Amino acid sequence: MQTNKLLRSLLVAVPALTLIACGSTSNVDDQVEANKNDTVVTDTSSGVQLSPAAEIVNPQEQIRKQIKEVSGSAAASSSSVESTSEYFDDLAIYFDFDRASVRSEDFDVLDAHAAFLVSNPSWSVVVEGHCDERGTPEYNIALGERRAKSVQTYLQNSGVQASQITVVSYGEEKPVDTSHSREAYSVNRRAVLVYQQ
Amino acid sequence: MRGLLLTLLIACQIMISAQAKLDIVITEGIDSARPIAVVPFVWETASPATVPLEDVIANDLMRSGKFNPLKLSDMPQLPSSLQQINFDTWAEAGVEMIVIGKVREIQSQRYAVTYQLVDVVRGQAAKMAALQNPQAPSIRDAAVIEERQSTIDLRQFRQYGHRISDVIYEALTGERGAFLTRIAYVIVRDRKTVEFPYQLVVADYDGANETVLLRSKEPLMSPTWSPDGRKLVYVSFENRKPQIIIQNIYDMTRTKLPSYPGINSSPRFSPDGTKLAMVLSKDGNAELYVMDLTSQQLRRLTNHRAIDTEPSWTPDGENLIFTSERGGKPQIYRVNLQSRKVSRLTFDGEMNLGATVTPNGEEMVIVNRTRGRYHIARQQIKTGALQVLTKTDLDESPSISPNGSMIIYSTLHNGRQVLSLVSLDGRFKAVLPAVDGEVKAPSWSPFLL
Repeated sequence: MQTNKLLRSLLVAVPALTLIACGSTSNVDDQVEANKNDTVVTDTSSGVQLSPAAEIVNPQEQIRKQIKEVSGSAAASSSSVESTSEYFDDLAIYFDFDRASVRSEDFDVLDAHAAFLVSNPSWSVVVEGHCDERGTPEYNIALGERRAKSVQTYLQNSGVQASQITVVSYGEEKPVDTSHSREAYSVNRRAVLVYQQ
Repeated sequence: MRGLLLTLLIACQIMISAQAKLDIVITEGIDSARPIAVVPFVWETASPATVPLEDVIANDLMRSGKFNPLKLSDMPQLPSSLQQINFDTWAEAGVEMIVIGKVREIQSQRYAVTYQLVDVVRGQAAKMAALQNPQAPSIRDAAVIEERQSTIDLRQFRQYGHRISDVIYEALTGERGAFLTRIAYVIVRDRKTVEFPYQLVVADYDGANETVLLRSKEPLMSPTWSPDGRKLVYVSFENRKPQIIIQNIYDMTRTKLPSYPGINSSPRFSPDGTKLAMVLSKDGNAELYVMDLTSQQLRRLTNHRAIDTEPSWTPDGENLIFTSERGGKPQIYRVNLQSRKVSRLTFDGEMNLGATVTPNGEEMVIVNRTRGRYHIARQQIKTGALQVLTKTDLDESPSISPNGSMIIYSTLHNGRQVLSLVSLDGRFKAVLPAVDGEVKAPSWSPFLL
């Protein structure tokens, strides 16, 4: 049931991503053209034509929106993250305590990221590795790097160029939730994908 | 009216800055300490006492965990000279040792300070002996353990107070005092409201004279001291990647070491100050390296696909102990710099991390995880005997005072990260609550004089 839901959102999301991706080299021009064609309003009473200006779309926001569709359903399937959705970072995936392996429920999210990066070779991503505050800060720097690297490996195995990915570990130094609770720990153990062009 | 308002504003400001420093709240361990009386120093000056030396000294002695200074209200008398001491009343009050002293202004802002450390029991005995035998040694010879005089400036009073504490402590314990030392630490203020939330701070060991050396938008980590106490080495993310930086705490010069791809972490000066141990992942994953600071040449010490991190020098400079998860979970290992031979040192508990060797080289202080709880522990290196010292939550980043008697560490207290103290024998415990922000990564300086 849950797998079905995920699959469905993936089926919607991945082609959508690919669409953005295809148009992205000449992104803005295309959209202006589209706006002109679709939304010309002719006011016959006064004999003028109105048309809206093209909305300026931040490509980072576009990927964020697309990923959110996928990761939102992934998050819903993970009870530990669901309860603290206010801290939920939509470009992040989450890890088990002292583990650096990607959880199977995050495969869809990373597949979507990979699809975007493969069809947008001009984009690159910084994968930030983060930890909860348990364990020493210096050990967590190493653990955070390991988390970021498992994301890097996953993306590369999905066809993303090595040159598109860099990793940085912040260990436990940048928690999203500073409340020192179990819930905080579960959202702080994360890898965040930060896009750059 | 305006003048008054201004004065009030300034007064408030002074109160705020005074409040920002760390206080020490002792939570355990006064009962077993030795009773001592630090009698208020007599000021033979026109102006009244400016710095209560007796408070600086009494607080130092109390925070060592080894002494229990008598409250002023419990003192039977306030003598300022040997002749004035009534040994019997002090003995009745249960006091073993008395400190008395005088401050004399010799010119503007220059003071002569004299003090004596007097043994009550020996004083009592000498007085009895003198009654029976006029040839008996004088009370001065028999009972005065330390007697010193020094000329100091007004702004040196706190420092000189710590110096007196050092002398008293060493005379009575046989161990060098570490009161004239500092701690470095990182304060993280609210990242949502403060523009430069990550702050590198030094303060006297007791939290006085807190000074922010550096403010940053990005994390600062792992400050540790150079052996001469003049520099700090730390990791800064100011360029959105980790970089090891050496900063002179007096002239503010910063030396950025080459930044390698991946982790640049856990820098530690060698005991002779010529080398830096560090953790780099440029060759794949976290490994230990030693950099020669003159040539900046690197030597790789470990080679394992597991995480190796948190190097700490043995006092002889010949080995590093470090954290490795090569056995599955993080445990402490030792690597010899010459042979690069690695041996495992810890076996108790689910994890052991963040080790530091004591100044005598015989023990190490570690973060021990048992049944999911992180506590500071000590372990004999030779025998492997382990003793858990703390009961606080999420204890980490232990740093040992240069005389090996006290550990400062970071812990979770009332939902906030604060610094805490525990003596190496585990009997004395204190917490240093901060007014603002999360306080972490403490590092105790070497002896500064």
